[in-house]
Amino acid sequence: MIHSLFLINSSGDIFLEKHWKSVVSRSVCDYFFEAQERATEAENVPPVIPTPHHYLLSVYRHKIFFVAVIQTEVPPLFVIEFLHRVVDTFQDYFGVCSEPVIKDNVVVVYEVLEEMLDNGFPLATESNILKELIKPPTILRTVVNTITGSTNVGDQLPTGQLSVVPWRRTGVKYTNNEAYFDVVEEIDAIIDKSGSTVTAEIQGVIDACVKLTGMPDLTLSFMNPRLLDDVSFHPCVRFKRWESERILSFIPPDGNFRLLAYHVSAQNLVAIPVYVKHSISFRDSSSLGRFEITVGPKQTMGKTIEGVIVTSQMPKGVLNMSLTPSQGTHTFDPVTKMLSWDVGKINPQKLPSLKGTMGLQVGASKPDENPTINLQFKIQQLAISGLKVNRLDMYGEKYKPFKGIKYMTKAGKFQVRT
Amino acid sequence: MSAAPAYSEDKGGSAGPGEPEYGHDPASGGIFSSDYKRHDDLKEMLDTNKDSLKLEAMKRIVAMIARGKNASDLFPAVVKNVACKNIEVKKLVYVYLVRYAEEQQDLALLSISTFQRGLKDPNQLIRASALRVLSSIRVPIIVPIMMLAIKEAASDMSPYVRKTAAHAIPKLYSLDSDQKDQLIEVIEKLLADKTTLVAGSVVMAFEEVCPERIDLIHKNYRKLCNLLIDVEEWGQVVIISMLTRYARTQFLSPTQNESLLEENPEKAFYGSEEDEAKGPGSEEAATAALPARKPYVMDPDHRLLLRNTKPLLQSRSAAVVMAVAQLYFHLAPKAEVGVIAKALVRLLRSHSEVQYVVLQNVATMSIKRRGMFEPYLKSFYIRSTDPTQIKILKLEVLTNLANETNIPTVLREFQTYIRSMDKDFVAATIQAIGRCATNIGRVRDTCLNGLVQLLSNRDELVVAESVVVIKKLLQMQPAQHGEIIKHLAKLTDNIQVPMARASILWLIGEYCEHVPKIAPDVLRKMAKSFTAEEDIVKLQVINLAAKLYLTNSKQTKLLTQYVLSLAKYDQNYDIRDRARFTRQLIVPSEQGGALSRHAKKLFLAPKPAPILESSFKDRDHFQLGSLSHLLNAKATGYQELPDWPEEAPDPSVRNVEVPEWTKCSNREKRKEKEKPFYSDSEGESGPTESADSEPESESESESKSSSGSGSGESSSESDNEEEDEEKGGGSESEQSEEEDEKKKKTKKKKASEGHREGSSSEEGSDSSSSSESEVTSESEEEQVEPASWRKKTPPGSKSAPVAKEISLLDLEDFTPPSVQPVSPPMVVSTSLAADLEGLTLTDSSLVPSLLSPVSSIGRQELLHRVAGEGLSVDYAFSRQPFSGDPHMVSLHIYFSNNSETPIKGLHVGTPKLPAGISIQEFPEIESLAPGESTTTVMGINFCDSTQAANFQLCTQTRQFYVSIQPPVGELMAPVFMSENEFKKEQGKLTGMNEITEKLTLPDTCRSDHMVVQKVTATANLGRVPCGTSDEYRFAGRTLTSGSLVLLTLDARAAGAAQLTVNSEKMVIGTMLVKDVIQALTQ
Repeated sequence: MIHSLFLINSSGDIFLEKHWKSVVSRSVCDYFFEAQERATEAENVPPVIPTPHHYLLSVYRHKIFFVAVIQTEVPPLFVIEFLHRVVDTFQDYFGVCSEPVIKDNVVVVYEVLEEMLDNGFPLATESNILKELIKPPTILRTVVNTITGSTNVGDQLPTGQLSVVPWRRTGVKYTNNEAYFDVVEEIDAIIDKSGSTVTAEIQGVIDACVKLTGMPDLTLSFMNPRLLDDVSFHPCVRFKRWESERILSFIPPDGNFRLLAYHVSAQNLVAIPVYVKHSISFRDSSSLGRFEITVGPKQTMGKTIEGVIVTSQMPKGVLNMSLTPSQGTHTFDPVTKMLSWDVGKINPQKLPSLKGTMGLQVGASKPDENPTINLQFKIQQLAISGLKVNRLDMYGEKYKPFKGIKYMTKAGKFQVRT
Repeated sequence: MSAAPAYSEDKGGSAGPGEPEYGHDPASGGIFSSDYKRHDDLKEMLDTNKDSLKLEAMKRIVAMIARGKNASDLFPAVVKNVACKNIEVKKLVYVYLVRYAEEQQDLALLSISTFQRGLKDPNQLIRASALRVLSSIRVPIIVPIMMLAIKEAASDMSPYVRKTAAHAIPKLYSLDSDQKDQLIEVIEKLLADKTTLVAGSVVMAFEEVCPERIDLIHKNYRKLCNLLIDVEEWGQVVIISMLTRYARTQFLSPTQNESLLEENPEKAFYGSEEDEAKGPGSEEAATAALPARKPYVMDPDHRLLLRNTKPLLQSRSAAVVMAVAQLYFHLAPKAEVGVIAKALVRLLRSHSEVQYVVLQNVATMSIKRRGMFEPYLKSFYIRSTDPTQIKILKLEVLTNLANETNIPTVLREFQTYIRSMDKDFVAATIQAIGRCATNIGRVRDTCLNGLVQLLSNRDELVVAESVVVIKKLLQMQPAQHGEIIKHLAKLTDNIQVPMARASILWLIGEYCEHVPKIAPDVLRKMAKSFTAEEDIVKLQVINLAAKLYLTNSKQTKLLTQYVLSLAKYDQNYDIRDRARFTRQLIVPSEQGGALSRHAKKLFLAPKPAPILESSFKDRDHFQLGSLSHLLNAKATGYQELPDWPEEAPDPSVRNVEVPEWTKCSNREKRKEKEKPFYSDSEGESGPTESADSEPESESESESKSSSGSGSGESSSESDNEEEDEEKGGGSESEQSEEEDEKKKKTKKKKASEGHREGSSSEEGSDSSSSSESEVTSESEEEQVEPASWRKKTPPGSKSAPVAKEISLLDLEDFTPPSVQPVSPPMVVSTSLAADLEGLTLTDSSLVPSLLSPVSSIGRQELLHRVAGEGLSVDYAFSRQPFSGDPHMVSLHIYFSNNSETPIKGLHVGTPKLPAGISIQEFPEIESLAPGESTTTVMGINFCDSTQAANFQLCTQTRQFYVSIQPPVGELMAPVFMSENEFKKEQGKLTGMNEITEKLTLPDTCRSDHMVVQKVTATANLGRVPCGTSDEYRFAGRTLTSGSLVLLTLDARAAGAAQLTVNSEKMVIGTMLVKDVIQALTQ
């Protein structure tokens, strides 16, 4: 299956390589560099590149290319999914996944990779198990290890590997037993020029942070489970129970994990919490264009919209922009032509706006395309789909855990066409 | 990491305080000498006794390896530390070894003995890691050692070690492929492993070593299907894709004879294209073959696979979802494929690489099954932030999905896309518009107008692409578009893109009659700029000149000759050739004008319009989701997806329990039987670790949960069956396995024996798992004509051995399961062991109760062959839940034709039924040849009464009035509950609802076995575990109203007994008491 893995940074240096079978020369990456050059942008590098003797499958995350080398037929998603899992694991171990961090922890990285694959076939990918095999580095542990000479390699086989709940490590103990659930919904929408919705759907996830002693068996029920159109579960969720009763019943992994991802379909009417008024115009005669954007709340269920950021890719013909925002700060990068306006909170009494002129290339004809406006925002304590958790119960353990549920709505891929 | 201070203390500062951290590039020091020095001190560190120094050194070395620096000269120093006690040092040494052993084979051999010792270690972790490293060292000399180690590990007690052994198989195979035969043996052994941990890895090994040995899968097929949901995600992907291939070789295509399926109306919706693609010929052939062939009924194993994979569409892993999606696409009947669309659309939210792969597959699927993705059209709308490659794939899907109804919306979207800043994407959009226009005639003019407007676009690329597409569209109906051609002709002055210029020239040449004035002028301009043109344009200029010369030689003769002579001296030989060839053709020469006479025909022949096709067409001959599909080329090691077989191979090969199960004519019946057997209830918490950890507690907990949650549900029966199966597989420990064989043989004989005696039932309740009862019915089935087999059997010849075997059997059946040692293996964690202790106590009483009789009542006559004019019909209560309606009693109807002529059109005529009773008729039997017999299933809702159901049995010519009166015991289905629940329920049903009767048990009927057998034979009840030895409890629910029927038999001394029935339905209770007493006292 997976022969080798190369980590390549954005400037084209291979800063880590790992082989699970015979060594594959790093010159194989030349094919990758070629493709990268052709693609011009990092995200346009094809995920699968055939070379005469190998196939290169890559993912691009955190400005690092993770390039897997394979030799024989294998489902491409198998490899891609695995690479993403590797990135997630690094993130879980080190907090961030970046080139300096990986370089600093190269031994741990190597040990983790060694455990994740055997002969190119995934062996242990659950972070609960990996963390028992190889302890994540912390400052305290580094100090302790230096003094006592102990290591950060676990000497016991993680029992989880053998049990029926491979995702949970055994012997978990906490003095404060807590279980937090975050219901986070993202609105993906395309709004057309006139302000009407072309498509809108809600993608939601329930991320959990469970710190409970022993082997708790949790059930989570919703007030309105019918809302969920399509769901995908963490392997711990009992599918049958969901099918028959629409209740999530599970023995959770220890720590942070994504319990559920769901989708509320486009068929349901999606409330769009913001609107954007825009007037962007170029004139043929003059080298100046007018630019004006106003953002306002709409269907927010009485909640404030925070963290609003407006970005827009301006046409190539735009040289500079002189704009004045009524609130927040704005920047325009004349090289990438990216306009970004950090609005902050929206005050319904005084709507934020950004007005001004655009300087166009003199002599060039006016750009015939209008920029699209991308919007980011956050609304606390609201799940826009109306999903509500009914109750959380725990069985199997005696103590009373502290439970908490938080709701949040965010913009996903929220786009306004102009 | 920061062991540096400690280290410098030890070394007395010899390395200096300025010692850079290991994280720095050793080569960054600059010169080679320092590099060597550095290695020297690494060697020194490795030679000390201090673990911390060794660790530090190893960490630096590993960091070097990670950066691709050569550290091979340290090999001798490192390999010495392979036996180091410090576990982290050891691990890092392993990393080093695996990396460099191939280069330094001789030195690597030094480490082998350490691993061999490790293989014998009592700690499974050490055994596993020793095997892992040993097998990863690619040194050919140690192949025999590896082989031995793998064989040993394959029968290790720890599943983790067995998993490692499975991983080692492909490693050894890649090292020395001569070992294949021996490795296949190991694979075969590991395939039989029952733990989920091993399943994925061994299938992986199977795929790498011997994917062609599909026969190894047969026996493990059902097990794999059932384990699937509990296997880890990576294993699931591998198993699913292997099973897809397996199913393609073993089952019949679900799309053949589709017209007979119930899903008929939907089929037209989803798959009309494919039918067309198949061509009328094959369709006709299929219908012609129909009368001869039985209607297609999906093999139950095929169904099992589909059912068990479906929940995995909800997996968080994109790879698993894709694997299931491709399985459904390749294996499921058309009507069922739709379920995968939603899951695939969900994946579009994932990382862009995942989107890329998924969209490729969706593009292929959407060509074949457009209807599937139509509801999700909007999910494929393109955002300006999508990467270009994703945009283009989405566009492909949108184009595939466009049809008459949604084309306006799609085109409106396309209009937005054309204004995008991403020019590659705009070009792709124009192509897409062209394809929509060719596919959907209604919008062709709209599209064409839109494209013509684009010709005035400022971007040359856009214009060029439009010209190319317009050219293709015009070819379809050139006559009406003279205006457009004129417009295009004007563009030649501005457009520089060669492809577009060439397209325009070709158009003008082809339709020069429509633009007689402009064409020569264009040629004039082109002749002027001829030398500066691109090759592709030059060729078209020659073409244009030739065509004009033929149609309008007066005006263009000179121009043509000029162009041809220019071309004659062109640098490109292709153009020179073309010029010469054209000249010979069109200019009449002195000798041989034969060709030039036909020049007009040659040049101006009507040309068929091009068909704009998706590049994803026909990609589905590659297995979807595979690398080969993505690349549209066969990747190394790709296993071709085989075509469906014409005739299904023998399905009995998959049958593990009953080796002699060969008769496959009655598939329908088998399906009926197996459904509950593999019921997918409890799917996610199924028994997984049965071999190693806690078989008893597993099933115990399950029975608890099902009796808890499933009470009051009509589905409870399927739960029971499931448990039967689990018991059969899990807790009936291996020690009885060798006896199983024997048992099975006797069962069969015993079944027929039971027949002879005319008793209505014979299956013991205790250990008759459903598989065994299948044998019973199977043998019944073989004896189609009850009258004739009597004669065939030589009287007395078999009776003696049979009798003996029965007693042998009884002994086995009586062995209380509690005797079976439940010794938790050493490896089980303490918590699990603790669980076990609590569970073994209750287990003893539970086991027998879980095994319910499945089919007990023999066949009864519905229509005698004399009365039926040769048609004889029998029926039997199958005691299976009826699939259509849980309130119905399921009956097996056996038809056999004893007449000389075929009986046609057997069906149920309009029944006249008492109130409440309803019948689910069996599907019409088209024809029954003389001497042939067949079986179908029908369901009757008796409405909890013993009234007879009267109905007509019609053939094409005759009608027979028949009636079925159910014994009261068949009106219920068993319920499983605990003793406490039983008592609680019983407490609620006292007074009027309780019927008590005293009786005396005859001597023959005092053993537990006989009592249980007789009661369960009389009534379809499930046994309830019971603390005291001489009390028997049974529970069931009536089928229609679902009211409980509780039966208690209290046996006392000397055969005195008291029978109590508690039921809301007093009539049923009374009748049941009567029947049971009759059965017991006879």
